[in-house]
Amino acid sequence: MALAKRIIPCLDVNAGRVVKGVNFVGLRDAGDPVEIAARYDEQGADELTFLDITASSDGRDLILPIIEAVAARVFIPLTVGGGVRSVADVRRLLNAGADKVSINTAAIQNPQLVADAAGHYGSQCIVVAIDAKRTAPAPDSKWGVYTHGGRKDSGLDAIEWALRVQELGAGEILLTSMDRDGTQVGFDIELTRAVSDALDIPVIASGGVGTLEHLVDGIVNGHADAVLAASIFHYGTYTVRQAKELMAARGIEVRI
Amino acid sequence: MDVAIIDYGMGNLRSVSKALEHVAPALEIAVTDDPEVVARAQRVVFPGQGAMPDCMRELDARGLRPAVIEAARTKPLLGICIGLQMLFDASDEGNVAGLGLLPGRVRRFDPGTARDSAGGRFKVPHMGWNRVRQTLAHPLWQGIPSDSRFYFVHSYFVVPEEPGIIAGRTEYCSDFACAVARDNVFAVQFHPEKSGQAGLQLLTNFIAWQPAPAQWPGAAAQAGDTAHAMRT
Repeated sequence: MALAKRIIPCLDVNAGRVVKGVNFVGLRDAGDPVEIAARYDEQGADELTFLDITASSDGRDLILPIIEAVAARVFIPLTVGGGVRSVADVRRLLNAGADKVSINTAAIQNPQLVADAAGHYGSQCIVVAIDAKRTAPAPDSKWGVYTHGGRKDSGLDAIEWALRVQELGAGEILLTSMDRDGTQVGFDIELTRAVSDALDIPVIASGGVGTLEHLVDGIVNGHADAVLAASIFHYGTYTVRQAKELMAARGIEVRI
Repeated sequence: MDVAIIDYGMGNLRSVSKALEHVAPALEIAVTDDPEVVARAQRVVFPGQGAMPDCMRELDARGLRPAVIEAARTKPLLGICIGLQMLFDASDEGNVAGLGLLPGRVRRFDPGTARDSAGGRFKVPHMGWNRVRQTLAHPLWQGIPSDSRFYFVHSYFVVPEEPGIIAGRTEYCSDFACAVARDNVFAVQFHPEKSGQAGLQLLTNFIAWQPAPAQWPGAAAQAGDTAHAMRT
């Protein structure tokens, strides 16, 4: 009888299409975001995150009709991130049907954006995404905050930055280990735990999931409130339901 | 107008209208800040996001307070999240007065040093899927098993003075009231529009609900004369 730990599949969207290989049996169109979202919903996903990786501003608006279509069919929380730079961007995404908006680089360039967006729409819909990279090994572990896909060092310390955006009004942190992202070797557990234990707001662990045990590890040892994964679900390796069954077997409270 | 969703400019009402359109495609559903439209509606949804002081201010800035009070006395009304909290006397959030339709106060979660059953800390906001224990038989719970999970996201919760109006409870930090029912009013802390099948069932039940006329004194009176008319 407790709050369930969440499993959040992440869909990368480029110019209106879901990218990364998608391999569901029975989908008419492997890249159709609405069908993929509906499938994850049927499998028991607790939320969905859409990451708009469109580089050009021309393609940016193509995410809006997708969110509208998904929100008309799937009745679980939807988070959208990628390229959010202003309160106007937040408004457009919320009006399209997003429940939360994730802000990354723009929060670093202009921290006031977090305060303004949270002040206007409430902390519950403002997620700050932090891309962290280890800068010092254990036992004096430190992580820096990076932008531009992990290429640019912002000079910020990940834990200090997380505390700062919590203070500014963020309702949740999406924490990605840039060292682990795409490696499938598991979360950076030390990073996840350090940030989650330092904060009063929920933390979503991201980056590195290759097996269902990694998801369990993120919750049990990383102290994450939610775990996000893309490829293990996209490629059809595992279903969300399988992930939840394993978590339940490990004694983790999940919604099944 | 079949259903009016009251829009006082706070947050995103798109999700609420989409979920209602999904369960009741034949109905006319309006997101509105016009008191006249609210007055003409058969049913009213009173949602809310953000901070309660801002919600109260924006409600009054649009002259919607009498319309909400009138609706709460005369027609099926579903409060959601801050829409539940605003029905009460007052909130600790900004120490602001509510609509005073239900006796009680809104308080903030205080996790202190408490730990959940798995030894974890209680994060605030309370965000995610939690169980709702039905403590009152009610038409809006029809077809929904007790202890079903609904989606929550909030930092404050209501403490009703009358235990009899509590329709559901959830455990987080403490055992708090997450649903209240009084005559033609039903209000929930969670988000039925984001709670998958259980939430859609609750919205379906709301659309079908034919509550008995209000029993409290002054039910026939005009809205706005007393904010505490629902008390007995």
